[in-house]
Amino acid sequence: MAGKTLYDKLWDSHLVKQRDDGTALIYIDRQLIHEVTSPQAFEGLRLAGRKPWRADANLATPDHNIPTTKAERSRGLEGIIDPVSRIQVKTLDANCLEFGITELDMNDIRQGIVHVVGPEQGATLPGMTIVCGDSHTSTHGALGALAHGIGTSEVEHVMATQCLIQRKMKNMLIRVDGQLNPGVTAKDIVLAIIGEIGTAGGTGYTIEFGGEAIQSLSMEGRMTVCNMAIEAGARAGLIAVDETTVNYIKGRPFAPQGEMFDRAADYWRTLVSDADAHFDRVVVLDAADIIPQVTWGTSPEMVAPVTGEVPDPDLETDSSRASNIRQALKYMGLKPRTPIRDIKLEYVFIGSCTNSRIEDLRAAAAVVKGRKVASNIELAMVVPGSGLVKQQAEAEGLDKIFIEAGLEWREPGCSMCLAMNADQLPAGKHCASTSNRNFEGRQGFGGRTHLVSPAMAAAAAIHGHFVDVRDILLEH
Amino acid sequence: MRAFTVHTGLAMPLDRANVDTDFIIPKQFLKSIKRSGFGINLFDEHRYLDKGEPDADNSKRPINHDFVLNQPRYKDASVLLARDNFGCGSSREHAPWALDDYGFRVLIAPSFADIFFNNCFKNGILPIVLDKQTVDQLFKEVEANEGYQLTVDLPAQTITKPDGSTISFDVDAFRKHCLLNGLDDIGLTLEDADAISAFESQWREKSPWYFGTPAKS
Repeated sequence: MAGKTLYDKLWDSHLVKQRDDGTALIYIDRQLIHEVTSPQAFEGLRLAGRKPWRADANLATPDHNIPTTKAERSRGLEGIIDPVSRIQVKTLDANCLEFGITELDMNDIRQGIVHVVGPEQGATLPGMTIVCGDSHTSTHGALGALAHGIGTSEVEHVMATQCLIQRKMKNMLIRVDGQLNPGVTAKDIVLAIIGEIGTAGGTGYTIEFGGEAIQSLSMEGRMTVCNMAIEAGARAGLIAVDETTVNYIKGRPFAPQGEMFDRAADYWRTLVSDADAHFDRVVVLDAADIIPQVTWGTSPEMVAPVTGEVPDPDLETDSSRASNIRQALKYMGLKPRTPIRDIKLEYVFIGSCTNSRIEDLRAAAAVVKGRKVASNIELAMVVPGSGLVKQQAEAEGLDKIFIEAGLEWREPGCSMCLAMNADQLPAGKHCASTSNRNFEGRQGFGGRTHLVSPAMAAAAAIHGHFVDVRDILLEH
Repeated sequence: MRAFTVHTGLAMPLDRANVDTDFIIPKQFLKSIKRSGFGINLFDEHRYLDKGEPDADNSKRPINHDFVLNQPRYKDASVLLARDNFGCGSSREHAPWALDDYGFRVLIAPSFADIFFNNCFKNGILPIVLDKQTVDQLFKEVEANEGYQLTVDLPAQTITKPDGSTISFDVDAFRKHCLLNGLDDIGLTLEDADAISAFESQWREKSPWYFGTPAKS
């Protein structure tokens, strides 16, 4: 009999009941909650007279539509200018209080983007099942947890029952062999993967990322990769537990301490796919072939190396693909065969649950240090993923580097990744963004998003157009 | 949840692959703390020519007459014909809420994104996966024939076309059962409360580190 994949192990250890119809009840260890997808779930509990099954399994923090300017944040909840946003954030506070759920509220130093906060607090642990009403919950798979996004009905279901009704997914392994070249990052790996398998390539699968290049990544890099598993269509991404994982968790507030930590770590180290495990699909990439990536279109799969060019729909043989390319180029205001390097930018956004952790900020700061943002850049902003990331960055002097270079240094939140707050990309403007989605209107009505790594976004800010960050690093 | 048995309605084609949930309902409408009222902003960025706001009077906004939803022949459509990977991106359940609130009861596509697909069933919407060729054919027939109606029979798992011919489709047995009876998932799961408690006790015994709470700081 073949061994088990990491996904098989996580599934089996949480199986409460297998039903005859092929569905299963899966126990959920942790639910992360934010203000946008939870109010209707709490309301559902209230209407049905239900209580949370296990209030302490939940952890909440507002992130999606809170302001990121110091002026607005310093006035507290009443200072949120947008009245609709203010009600939503207040509603989260009230619901958490009513249902006995721990919340790191807007001006708590530990507040931040829910997918940054979970791992940072040790609320995300290997071997857990984790859900959140947010598709980027796949992020937490970087720690060897089975984590995926759910809708609001399921948020309520997990609150009320501590379980989710699931069907087991198929297993996919994406192996990235060898070592990355300098200047090439986790973001480039995952964009290259999406370019390879497409945005629906992972639909119906849990993707495990493995291989030397993945194992060599820091936890921050691993989170970037798993974060975008959903952009490849997979609800969950996974990376095997190793010493990098165990060391990352040690000492975090929600993590076990002392002797309990050692016992837990012994178990966590078993959370790897067996050597003889069967994967339904295996995709192999060579890390050395990966070049810094830039998206040119309106889907993350519309991606090219920075050395490449925008495609020509007339050369595309598949008619529906050609029409997708035409639609995207029209929206993006780009001509076929434009070199990626010639794409001019007006905005730069460094942040989001994909790339707002300390390592991301360090990479961006290293590029802009001692330089100035190009004159055609109307706004370049850095939005740390949490209050603690912000504090750490400031302790390292990164804030000063950004400010001196002409970038804005903001308060933590989701910000311009999805532009629910005031941080919106204006129509027609091109933005180098470290976020995860380049859909039409995603960063603002009519805005034109190009997804890149933090180092690439920083380099673009300095030059006003895309450049190969590897060239800049050579100059240094 | 509203039950779904048999539905007959006008079909509307949305000829575009990878329609994401931002396309279905843009982010600014997600600030609502309610579940209803999203229909008027369904496909907002394509349906109107200006930028929508949660508190705007939508009746005064400029309409994009080129967008399929605004074409008179598709008025009151309730069966949406779509392309590959429909509903990708954000997990927002506001997407099925908006489709439902507008009046769509059935979605037909060659493939759906997982989270969206799942969310539909929780809201009494039936998403149907058909092979690409069959969907292509439906697109052709809908576009060629004004007033093209489909009858979707969930118990029989068939779609009946205007010419009387039928297409059969697959549906997960559990989801079918829930839809047919308009069942509340939570109530059903709580019938297994003893099994959940038993699982929880042994899991807590085995892995106590998942049950700790942090020291207050």
